[in-house]
Amino acid sequence: MIIRKEGSLLPQNPPDTLASKPLSTPKISFPRRPAGTLYRGREGMWSWVMHRITGVAIYFFLLVHILDTSLVRLSPESYNAVISSYKTPIMGLGEIALVAAIGLHALNGLRIILIDFWSVGTKHQRLMFYIVIGLWIVLLAGFVPRQLMHIFGGAA
Amino acid sequence: MSTIEAPRSPLKPARRRRGINVEKWGWIYMRASGVVLVVLIFGHLFVNLVAGAGVKAIDFAFVAGKLADPFWVVWDTLLLWLALLHGANGMRTIVNDYANNRMVRRLMLGAIALSTIALITLGTLVIYTFDPCPAGSPANLLPSFCPVR
Repeated sequence: MIIRKEGSLLPQNPPDTLASKPLSTPKISFPRRPAGTLYRGREGMWSWVMHRITGVAIYFFLLVHILDTSLVRLSPESYNAVISSYKTPIMGLGEIALVAAIGLHALNGLRIILIDFWSVGTKHQRLMFYIVIGLWIVLLAGFVPRQLMHIFGGAA
Repeated sequence: MSTIEAPRSPLKPARRRRGINVEKWGWIYMRASGVVLVVLIFGHLFVNLVAGAGVKAIDFAFVAGKLADPFWVVWDTLLLWLALLHGANGMRTIVNDYANNRMVRRLMLGAIALSTIALITLGTLVIYTFDPCPAGSPANLLPSFCPVR
């Protein structure tokens, strides 16, 4: 819109407002949750959570395991008495849980080292997570049947 | 002529830290010991749980037979030191993450340090003062290489 004012032509409004106004304000949609990052929400976070849980569990087993093994210094009888509790069916299943925890912690630990030191480690961290899970299943597929044979198989 | 301080200067200049960077070496230790522990622990698990009759074969004679061999003495010593320090440093990280009370944090870090020193001392003494053929023990509990008394 141009009006005549004191003999010269002057635009009444700044040029960026000359275009027709939008009928309504465009809506900006915010994501309901923060987007996933290497350490939030997806494989990266869950591998971190599992690494902590398995790490603490293995640590407390290690404390007990050093103490029970130290009984070999006391007497053969006391060591044999305590170690026999590791041979019961419940503890045999506990050993499966222990090996599962150690396997996950070890494989994911190697994945962490590759993320830190391998030039394309961060790029492939998600793929490496699934490789960890795959190798872990292979490890347990080898160990669990063998352990079940040992604890429920009868023959010593 | 007076000099004007650079903008965003901290109130106190950052103290130049001298000596070793404990956090950096802790970080490196977790990775270095981790790689070695993968080999040591899977070897330990295989020999004790998978090979032969598995966990049911473990008794005093089994352990004495292993600890009479320098190979397993070195293996178990490395396992003890590397694993316990790895675990203790991991627990230290977790306590630093979650203990938001100053006193609780110091108590927990102290407990971790004390238990680590106690168990490493105990374990090392057990490995290096161990007698596979203790006098006065029944022969059927001892390894087969023990002299008949």
